[in-house]
Amino acid sequence: MKRTISATVNNSTGVLNRITGLFSRRQFNIESITVGMTENPEISRMTFVVNVDSYRGLDQVIKQLNKQVDVLKVRDISDETIVARELVLIRVVATPQTRGEIETLARPFRASIIDVGRESMTLQVTGDHQKVEALIDLIKPYGLKELARTGTTALKRSSKQQSQDLHYSFIQ
Amino acid sequence: MGTSVRTQAEKPANEEQQTQKLNGSQIVLRALAEENVDIIFGYPGGAILPTYDEIYKMGIHHILARHEQGAIHAAEGYARVSGKPGVCVVTSGPGATNVVTGIADAMIDSLPMIVITGQVATNVIGTDAFQEADVVGVTMPITKHNIQLRDVNDIPRVMKEAFHIATTGRPGPVLIDLPKDVSMAIGEFKYPKTVHMPGYQPTVQPNRLQIKKVANAIERAKKPVILAGAGVLHADGADELFEYATKQQIPVTNTLLGLGSFPGNHPLFLGMAGMHGLYAANMALHECDLLINVGARFDDRVTGSLSHFAPEAEVVHIDVDPAEIGKNVETAIPVVGDAKEALKNLLALDKAPVPYDEWHQHLRHYSDEYPLWYNDDGKTIKPQALLDMVYEETKGEAVVTTDVGQHQMWAAQYYRFANPHRWVTSGGLGTMGFGFPAAIGAQFAEPNRDVVAIIGDAGFQMTMQEMSILQELNLPVKIVIVNNASLGMVRQWQELFYEERYSHSLFPIQPDFLKLAEAYNIKAYKIEDPSEARTTFQKGLKEDGPVLFDFRVTADENCYPMIAPGKGHHEMEGIRP
Ligand SMILES: Cc1ncc(C[n+]2csc(CCOP(=O)(O)OP(=O)(O)O)c2C)c(N)n1
Repeated sequence: MKRTISATVNNSTGVLNRITGLFSRRQFNIESITVGMTENPEISRMTFVVNVDSYRGLDQVIKQLNKQVDVLKVRDISDETIVARELVLIRVVATPQTRGEIETLARPFRASIIDVGRESMTLQVTGDHQKVEALIDLIKPYGLKELARTGTTALKRSSKQQSQDLHYSFIQ
Repeated sequence: MGTSVRTQAEKPANEEQQTQKLNGSQIVLRALAEENVDIIFGYPGGAILPTYDEIYKMGIHHILARHEQGAIHAAEGYARVSGKPGVCVVTSGPGATNVVTGIADAMIDSLPMIVITGQVATNVIGTDAFQEADVVGVTMPITKHNIQLRDVNDIPRVMKEAFHIATTGRPGPVLIDLPKDVSMAIGEFKYPKTVHMPGYQPTVQPNRLQIKKVANAIERAKKPVILAGAGVLHADGADELFEYATKQQIPVTNTLLGLGSFPGNHPLFLGMAGMHGLYAANMALHECDLLINVGARFDDRVTGSLSHFAPEAEVVHIDVDPAEIGKNVETAIPVVGDAKEALKNLLALDKAPVPYDEWHQHLRHYSDEYPLWYNDDGKTIKPQALLDMVYEETKGEAVVTTDVGQHQMWAAQYYRFANPHRWVTSGGLGTMGFGFPAAIGAQFAEPNRDVVAIIGDAGFQMTMQEMSILQELNLPVKIVIVNNASLGMVRQWQELFYEERYSHSLFPIQPDFLKLAEAYNIKAYKIEDPSEARTTFQKGLKEDGPVLFDFRVTADENCYPMIAPGKGHHEMEGIRP
């Protein structure tokens, strides 16, 4: 199962290396990691999307992350109401004939065209994982030349209405 | 600067808390003094020379090993016996990579350690400079924490934090990488009194509700057993364990590293558990209905095959490291906290003991019917008999270190440890070459106690250069080589699981250990005749200085009983002659 984990960490050298190394040596399966500074330049936020096969596995991921001295707080936010976004850049084959079509396809996704050339054009779209996947699917038949996407970055929504029952971890 | 530095070594009281201008190396050494470090194990080299110059000027107690591996294992032995952090100082590049094995060893066995590595100057870091290695990168997975200093003014805080991290919660090694220019830069010394690390807050006090659950489970149980690991020793909780187990009349077994946390000769003690554990201990784990793990991490050498592990048990796991709970074995009642505190809390509930008479009788039957055994032919020295003799002649009071292999398992089986902090062995990493230098560190921690290093003939050859330290300081370490002219444990596995194909495990030719000892000016005996073993050992033990015993033992003896790989506790082999 796929889980989204959010962590705040000290913005110190090597911290990303520390975390990714931890994932690989513990054989945790990471789908994506994004990192960036928070409102406090000494603290970064990391968002991981991990694939685990059980709640026990998930529990272990979170506990191992927590053990790192540079990790301030870790939360599995998958079951909370969150805003999660990816960004993707797609360079697609586009002739003068197909340009209009592609533009029409892109519109409902609120994708923007950020570059146009003689044989191709580049779209940019942000959204959750499914939305990004859906757009890529639609664009594919035209011929993808290049594609770059970020991992997911996420925050909890301000409104709290989610149940808090944890399936895994226990007591402090 | 020179003269003022000398006065700092004496630390005049009125200068104590004042801010002073010192260089980075002086600051490091002052911080070590603030942490009451009284001995450093190390080896100098280019990048750490400024620090060694200050060691010279300040006259700090430093032990020069003959290989960095010797220095770090000695520091480990010191940490294990003294309970204080072991400190190891080495140079950059090859000096640092030579301590990697010891760092990994300390990490997996949770030993508090401070490792200071020299590093090339900050302006050439990343240029493949002479003797540069990315030691922070290399040791990231095998340290509890590591850090590279970049600013001389960070040193006091970083040192304070390093000691705090190394010694609290689950202990572990912390590495500080010290670039040469930082060690020479001038900064201010003011040692912080407290640490501020929001990301590091180990839980020491257990949750009371969970403690109550444990007590209730004990009340319900008919067949409980306590599995006590090194966590009890790290928490200094042996007294509490004794009090609790005897009060509640719960049988106790130990992991390899937990030996000494419960008296090895007590009627409630079942012996060591695990691959070469006692049958009674393993059957207790197999048949119990309540398993109380205190400070052990369910290592696979203890559990055997997890699919067969403690099939009927409700599992309680008390551990200061929350990540250990549920990592290998599903836990019904998790308790995050220090072992000593958890046991104290359990004692405070003051529950009346439950009679477990049937269970005790059942286990006593196993102990009586399936004790340790070996066949004595009277012609050669049996390693088991040798270890039994070492136990008797030292009255069970010595500090015993071992290397890795058969002799290690025999020592664990036959030396019935009655006290904590007298047993030093490499459990998690199984590091050959560990035992002899660890004995040197142990002797510094316990200068007035017999320290016996029980070592295989192969493992001794990995770090025997440290005999130099014995010679130089006339350290009274007694080296017992259990010499079977082979990599005994490897030979045993090849016999049992590889159809006797002894691929590179036999020593047809060996060095003359007596001559080696002679070269280091160490008294030595070679003993082949079983009738001379005891008298020679008695004689050597009385010597003031170091002594080496080369005991030639039965070459093809196997270590039993044993759980073969992939098997469960109930499937032990070699439980009977
Ligand atoms: C550094 C290292 N290399 C290899 C091994 C694998 N190993 C485990 S036991 C053993 C044999 C040890 O032989 P010896 O020191 O003579 O002790 P014995 O088993 O004969 O008592 C070996 C090679 C190890 N544990 N550590």
